[in-house]
Amino acid sequence: MNENIQKIREQFPFIVQHPQSIYFDNAATTQKPIEVLQSIQNYYKNINANIHRGVHKWSILATEAYEAARKTVAQFINAQDPTEIIFTSGTTHSVNLLADCLFNTYFQSGDEIVLSIAEHHSNILPWQNRANKFGVHLKYATLNHLYQVDVNHLKSLVTEKTKLIAITYVSNTLGTINEVKEIIQFAHQHNIPVLVDAAQSIAHLKTDVQQLNTDFLVFSGHKMYAPTGVGVLYAQKKYHSYLYPLSSGGGAIIDVDLHKTEFADVPLRLEAGTPNIEAVIGLADAIHFINKNGGIHQFYLLEEHLKNYLYQRLFELQDQLDIYTTLQSPSVSVISFNVKNQHPFDVGTLLNNYGIAVRTGHHCTQPLMKHLKIQGTVRVSLAAYNTIEEIDRFIQALHKTIKMLL
Amino acid sequence: MSQNKILKIEKELLDEFELFGDDWEAKYNYIIELGKTLPAMPNQYKTDDYLIKGCQSRVWLKADKENNLLHFMADSDALIPKGIIALLLKLVNHQSADEILNYDFGIINKIGLQQHLSPTRANGLVSMINSIKQYAKAQ
Ligand SMILES: Cc1ncc(COP(=O)(O)O)c(C=O)c1O
Repeated sequence: MNENIQKIREQFPFIVQHPQSIYFDNAATTQKPIEVLQSIQNYYKNINANIHRGVHKWSILATEAYEAARKTVAQFINAQDPTEIIFTSGTTHSVNLLADCLFNTYFQSGDEIVLSIAEHHSNILPWQNRANKFGVHLKYATLNHLYQVDVNHLKSLVTEKTKLIAITYVSNTLGTINEVKEIIQFAHQHNIPVLVDAAQSIAHLKTDVQQLNTDFLVFSGHKMYAPTGVGVLYAQKKYHSYLYPLSSGGGAIIDVDLHKTEFADVPLRLEAGTPNIEAVIGLADAIHFINKNGGIHQFYLLEEHLKNYLYQRLFELQDQLDIYTTLQSPSVSVISFNVKNQHPFDVGTLLNNYGIAVRTGHHCTQPLMKHLKIQGTVRVSLAAYNTIEEIDRFIQALHKTIKMLL
Repeated sequence: MSQNKILKIEKELLDEFELFGDDWEAKYNYIIELGKTLPAMPNQYKTDDYLIKGCQSRVWLKADKENNLLHFMADSDALIPKGIIALLLKLVNHQSADEILNYDFGIINKIGLQQHLSPTRANGLVSMINSIKQYAKAQ
């Protein structure tokens, strides 16, 4: 086994404790390193208190840890200022929160939002729900022959009514990397802000929001080795004046009268209620874990090696499979396929019996499934603790599965 | 004793599964082959009206009541769910509504596939059983 992979693997108790199981569902959620598990325990043993309002030492400790986590996340994505980091419960919450604000303060009837057909439902429904009520129109860019968002088609959809482009960095179903930088440059030439859904890129591609020059960016902690229940909405400072949500509550205020309220600044006014404090701190410790192990790019390199091998082995079976990517497509370590004429449910069920966890179904991307004219796919998604040997065992199991279904 | 009819079929099925021991591949092969023996369901019935909600694959089930006996037809676009519905129909097809409603559908646990075919939403086992019961309840 590759030494670097071995070193990472050892840090994941779930992986160590289930040597016979193969976990290839990392795009859904990653396993957690010991550092994150200990972080959660440590929080409840040594810190636990509510944040931001207490004068006692525990509340001060908890607040300091929580705000230190904000700085760690800001550094991790190279935000200019920690106030640009808004903690949420996850990507879905982040997009809803942003939509809640922008429909409150920014969009007007007749405006248009440009998305792509490859978006996760979490980057469609928050816009669709509200757009239908407010008379805002959604437009969808299609895919090119490499299964990426077709940038030329996207550009052709933009009009003077376009007020936001919301696009996924990496497709959760196909693993393809989209040309978000080019899209952002084009959008800014037309004064259109951009939201990047980084849920699937955050654990694989180094994220630098200043270099990308994105206006908004969202991701979930649980897909990057952190606990569930924490996510981030990154919002460039110049948009903070638009960030007034319709839903609000405790903690988000400076002064409340019975009939009007003076709100706190961003990020606090967007973090109403008691947040998931231990998960926020756990996210910071997941970032420490990533940095200690060489940073995201090191993970990317290990995963590239695995991915290339997986691709090679799957493309060897090309006659029996429909593969929804090409060898030329820029991608992360995610691949979707179907066994020809077989339902992904059957393939996933049999693979599970061989001890291999893959995901089957539409992956919350039904518009994409309709575009590809399929019901679903089998999705394999790798992390840096997976191994070449596991890929070999998976391919063996896939052979047996195909035989059983014939 | 009419209730015995379903239990008798169940017993026969259990005897067959007994032979497979712990060999899950053999059990699955049996189920997949069973699915292939289902009489074809005419395409005109493969509509939303007969679609069982709650499965990752599509499963259609239709029943006609005649002299208080239920006659089912079913199909699926996936082999394993098709096999499962075929297994269930082996038990309940052409039986009376009362017998069906009295049966506890314990077969899946008893054939030792519960860890493989647990009643999660994805495989739709619960939805299939509920749908069968609905047809039995309907007048
Ligand atoms: C591209 C993409 N966007 C959004 C989400 C939603 O993330 P969460 O379920 O953590 O809110 C996911 C998760 O699968 C995703 O892959």
